Amino acid sequence: MTAVDDATRTNQPSRESSADPLPRTVSARRRVLLITGLAIALAIMALVSAGTGQLYVSPAEVFGSIMHAIGLDLGPLPAHPNGESALWTIRFPRVAMSIVIGAALAAAGLLMQAVFGNPLADPGVIGVSSGAALGASATIVFGWAFFGEWTTAVAAFITGLAATFVVYFMSRSGGKTEVVTLVLTGIAVNAFTGAGLALMTFLGDQAAREQIVFWQLGSLNGSRWQQFSIVLPLIVVGVVVAFVISHRLDLLSLGERSARHLGVNVEGLRIVAIVVTALLVAAAVSFAGIIAFVGLVIPHLMRMIIGPAHRPLLVASVLGGALLLLTADLVARTAVPMADLPIGMLTSLVGGPFFFWLLRRARRSAGGWG
Amino acid sequence: MRGASVALDARGVSVEIDGRQILADASIRVFSGEIVALIGPNGAGKSTLLAALTGDQPRTSGTIEIAARPLDDWKLKELAQQRAVLLQENGVFFPFTVEQVVEMGRAPWQRTPLDHDDEEAVDEAIRLTDIERFRHRQVPSLSGGERARSAFARVLAQRTGILLLDEPTAALDLRHQEDVLRLARQRAHAGDAVIVVLHDLNLAAAYADRIALLSSGRIVAQGSPREVLTVERISDVYAQPVEVITHPQTGATIILPVREELSVSRTNDHSLPRTTARSRIALPRKASS
Repeated sequence: MTAVDDATRTNQPSRESSADPLPRTVSARRRVLLITGLAIALAIMALVSAGTGQLYVSPAEVFGSIMHAIGLDLGPLPAHPNGESALWTIRFPRVAMSIVIGAALAAAGLLMQAVFGNPLADPGVIGVSSGAALGASATIVFGWAFFGEWTTAVAAFITGLAATFVVYFMSRSGGKTEVVTLVLTGIAVNAFTGAGLALMTFLGDQAAREQIVFWQLGSLNGSRWQQFSIVLPLIVVGVVVAFVISHRLDLLSLGERSARHLGVNVEGLRIVAIVVTALLVAAAVSFAGIIAFVGLVIPHLMRMIIGPAHRPLLVASVLGGALLLLTADLVARTAVPMADLPIGMLTSLVGGPFFFWLLRRARRSAGGWG
Repeated sequence: MRGASVALDARGVSVEIDGRQILADASIRVFSGEIVALIGPNGAGKSTLLAALTGDQPRTSGTIEIAARPLDDWKLKELAQQRAVLLQENGVFFPFTVEQVVEMGRAPWQRTPLDHDDEEAVDEAIRLTDIERFRHRQVPSLSGGERARSAFARVLAQRTGILLLDEPTAALDLRHQEDVLRLARQRAHAGDAVIVVLHDLNLAAAYADRIALLSSGRIVAQGSPREVLTVERISDVYAQPVEVITHPQTGATIILPVREELSVSRTNDHSLPRTTARSRIALPRKASS
């Protein structure tokens, strides 16, 4: 292509572009800063959280305990005689669960937003979480155990997947999803799964009822290593797949036709993203119940800081989601002495107003999602 | 210009939507190195034809070949290396910057030897489309015309031998309309095939090597601008009397709608005070209605 004459004419003075808010280097630096900052904050928060509770262990001792466990003679061991066992049987599993589940929820929210082309999509809001909880509760009420210890997770995955596909097919028209349609579809799905959960509560015995209420409120109380060992591989697979498809998710933001003209198999990509979303949500819901709004708040905040490119956004959201849930869980178990608040209640308490704010913004910029 | 090979060959393409014939038996062949403009009144099937050529619109019959290979046999990624498409809607769901959107045009070349050119291709496309000034701004914050130019830059950055452009000038001001078609012209000179849907007949006359005129879902005329843009045909197809004038200096074809009443009433406007001029124009209109 030769365009010398045109180029000299159209080339604007570069002075203007140097005054831009987000040139390439600045945005790259911002990404690195955010991601490192979140990683450091997460590590510190994990040490603090693990040490906090009725039995206090200092962060240094927590660090020392971990180091000794992996064979390094670093840092002090917990001074309290029961410190070591409190850490390893109660605190660490719970901290680990909150980290991976927070990561899973944030990643699931991000994937949904990409698939729906709508930043208001969240597994809790549109009913995927309660869909998964319905499957999970059915295994308890009916005493199913087809897949041994994996049964709950598998059932949660199946019903969560079904809920996601329902929302997907019901709320899309002409290649995009309007905010109103999405939220209304969420109400319908939540109503339906709510009825299912009510039925399970009615059918179940005392223990099953407690379990169902627990799912509806969401809690990390009673997390065990065995649960962590089930949840971790699911979430790792989900996040890795999300990472692999993240570049193609960027192209999806151009609309499905344009994405296809850039070589993306749009339908295939959507199905992969939906299955992964259901996998992540099911992993989270199976043992922690419905924890809403993490998938909404975190990707949104991260997008405001580092922009919408999905690969760095996924990394930041995974770390941010983990940090948020870890912190929320610390609050849940220490805010009221001798009581363990449901974490789902806490995230909704913060997430609800945030959702309000987003809706108002969406309305003000009338269709400004596009 | 390279040797003129057939870049795109469509034969007997028909499209039916909900039992309604939108496009009937359209055949068009586009060679590398030429610009073919699709023109016609609203609802004539221009965009449907373009959508059928891109594969977005399933066809009920007919064959389409891209670079001598049936459209449906192409892998999506390989096709994206052959052919870039600019649609009318070019909104972006999330607040990507203009630069990021233009970079997306390089996606088909990822993990190919040509991905070394990415940065250069992006910079060039941004320079050519005159969007350097808002390169780092977020696309949703731009005006319609600025968004359209960003989308066009993305298509240029894709560096394909075939360009399909659906009304690329619709949201643009005079200068940028000319820019877009001038760039299309340059690409054609370099050997690319360009198919462009246009509303402005004068732009089509000035830039297209060939024009296909659509009316009610059929290609009713196809040929050089001079052959297609005749007074009778345009007046008939658009149901609007037109004049076809040859520019006295350049010899370019100019199409003007016939506006008899206005031209009479405006004869002496320059010498009249504003208010008088307005009333003089208004009077004959009232009389005629």
